Amino acid sequence: MSETETTTETGNRRGRPGRERGRTDGKFGRYGGQYVPEALMPAIEELTDAYERYVLENEDGFMDEFRERLADFGGRPTPLQRADRLSERYDREVYLKREDLLHGGAHKLNNALGQVLLAKYMGKERIIAETGAGQHGTATAMAAAHLDMPCTVYMGERDINRQRPNVFRMKLNGSEVKPVTAGRGTLKEAISETMRDWAATVGDTHYVIGSVVGPHPFPVMVRDFQAVISEEAREQSIEVTGRLPTDVIACAGGGSNTMGSFAAFVDDESVALHAIEAGGSTLEVDEEAGVAPNSASLFAGDEGVLHGARTKLLQDSHGQIMESHSISSGLDYAGVGPELACLVDEGRVNPVAVDDDAALEGFHRLSRTEGIIPALETAHAFGYLEEHGDELRDRVIVTVSGRGDKDLDAAIEETDKRDVAGAPDMSMFTGGL
Amino acid sequence: MADDGAIDGNATDDGAAGNPADTAVSTGNSDAIAAAFADGPAYIPYLAVGDPDYDSSLAYVEALDRGGADIIELGLPFSEPIAEGPTIQGAVVRALEGGMTPDRFFAFVEELDVDAPLVCMTYYNLIYQYGASEARSASDASGDAASHDGPRPFVERAAAVGIEGFVVPDLPAEEADPLREACDEFGLDLVFIVAPTTAGERLERIMEHVSGYVYVQARLGTTGAKSDVSDQTTESLARIREYDVPKAVGFGISAGEHAERIVAAGADGVIVGSALVDIVAAGHEEGRSVEEVADELEALSRELKAGAERGLSARDAGDDDDGEGAEADPDPASPGDAR
Repeated sequence: MSETETTTETGNRRGRPGRERGRTDGKFGRYGGQYVPEALMPAIEELTDAYERYVLENEDGFMDEFRERLADFGGRPTPLQRADRLSERYDREVYLKREDLLHGGAHKLNNALGQVLLAKYMGKERIIAETGAGQHGTATAMAAAHLDMPCTVYMGERDINRQRPNVFRMKLNGSEVKPVTAGRGTLKEAISETMRDWAATVGDTHYVIGSVVGPHPFPVMVRDFQAVISEEAREQSIEVTGRLPTDVIACAGGGSNTMGSFAAFVDDESVALHAIEAGGSTLEVDEEAGVAPNSASLFAGDEGVLHGARTKLLQDSHGQIMESHSISSGLDYAGVGPELACLVDEGRVNPVAVDDDAALEGFHRLSRTEGIIPALETAHAFGYLEEHGDELRDRVIVTVSGRGDKDLDAAIEETDKRDVAGAPDMSMFTGGL
Repeated sequence: MADDGAIDGNATDDGAAGNPADTAVSTGNSDAIAAAFADGPAYIPYLAVGDPDYDSSLAYVEALDRGGADIIELGLPFSEPIAEGPTIQGAVVRALEGGMTPDRFFAFVEELDVDAPLVCMTYYNLIYQYGASEARSASDASGDAASHDGPRPFVERAAAVGIEGFVVPDLPAEEADPLREACDEFGLDLVFIVAPTTAGERLERIMEHVSGYVYVQARLGTTGAKSDVSDQTTESLARIREYDVPKAVGFGISAGEHAERIVAAGADGVIVGSALVDIVAAGHEEGRSVEEVADELEALSRELKAGAERGLSARDAGDDDDGEGAEADPDPASPGDAR
């Protein structure tokens, strides 16, 4: 099984100093920690212990089974593909790390499969998860079905309406989907509600959090499961070009794609890391309404405590969490992983906000020129490439975090509202609206 | 505004409470909170401040005081209340929509005319951010990384308006040192929650940090009124029996007989939130007058307080090692010995 071999080789992360960060106390500089209700603390401690034994020490061959299932069930490794037209357009080598080709159509399965498997090793009997765009929910539902675990997914009502096909996919996989009506009904509320479920069911239930957020050990554990993206990409880059990339670009919401795309490069100081956040419609905030019409917590947020961790947040001057916004529901979150917040403060990661318009143009450009319809989340990275391509050096990797099939309705609607260069006429699809 | 502090009189004068601190276990900073447990079981009601609006909320909290509250927990609403069930989430939404902010909360506390000592229940981000925006503007101007004083400015302000302690549901003992230090500096208590899942080393760590009273979470899950009293309560109380700090049980208590059973099982106090918030919510939805709602809050408070006192009588009758039995008033209509 050559795929498994490749994965195993590149999967050897031992000895990378970056992984020591946050390992024991869950602190990344001033960020991280465990700000959770007392009822959850024993579960968090149990999970920390399981993470250290199974993930870090490969006890009972956990990591071997994880990698094997990522290959057989997930389809890893994913290709590192040269994007010919984009390379020509920007006059530098542009490679795409194709996480859209992972089973389920997004990078999310890496983490979901890892956590559901871990829950099984821990003897848990039930899985719960939150989801924003539905990508983490569908990945968790697939992993739960694959590993024969009952699963409940909490999803904001607004997101359910934006992402109906994903709701159906979760149900097809046998998961229960519970709508969350609090607040604006997006990811933030879904996470809060899942934490409430967990507080009542900690004994037999594992909460599969969908990003590098939340209390320790979630940020390090999710990073380690997603790190396979950059481990492969690093190896593939050396294999194909003989060298490391000069720049790695990944979109950032909560940050699981970002940390997964960066983890293996963090210690390669020559590699510039660009985290592309959703700039939404504007970076201005409406303090009165409690709304930040963007999700750029790295770029525009301030330090605070949310959902178990100290990190960078979109909040008002009193510390109330803002309602975020993005054209892509997967980036629509007021917080971000604490490790990313720390890497930004250290100057290791360059945070950039790309607005809805530029993301939508990126969506059309990649679809038209490369034959890849990206998720609207991913499209932000291509918006960045267009706006800042000339600032990058000569070998660029962009992670295609997911495919855009789930976003077709939103893309049609949003395209119809704008004058997007080179986009097809969408009015025939929106005539009834 | 500053002069209003004299009106509320809470906490300061009754704290002196020449109460014969016979059984009082004073492990805390606040004398007023210690005194609240000194003369019988403490009835500790909770309401979200500003629910559904500032003025009604003032009347409601004062009604709790008239109804016999020994300590009042005042919720400062946070947008992401992860420990709360639907009832208190609703209160938080109403209060935030009504414009509640930390500064308005402090003004509210100053304006409040009650005898019971006041404990602020909120989430850590609001405590942590207080005064931070000015610090940020300053550091932005100087180009330095953001730096601020952590929880200290909030605690200082809270102490100035007469708050006697804090409950912070998303702040476990591990992360609590900065807040604990600020509380010690200003003489406030920091109450921790002990869950049914808390045992062993964790329990010991929490008990080292706790001051004032320990909040015993009656069952797993989030806040919310329930019709029964969980076995988990009895087990939790048994697990912490040996610790010399008042034990107040919360989560799910909605009627006098619950309070009675919980005190009979060994609790030193009962904390009631959702059942009271339900009254506020129903009054709001049905458009009833503030007086009517306040009367109902006062009546339920009397029932809960009387239930708690019956519980103490029952406990004393059961094991006669505590000379306080005579203080309990069996008459449910009596406000008992509340201040």
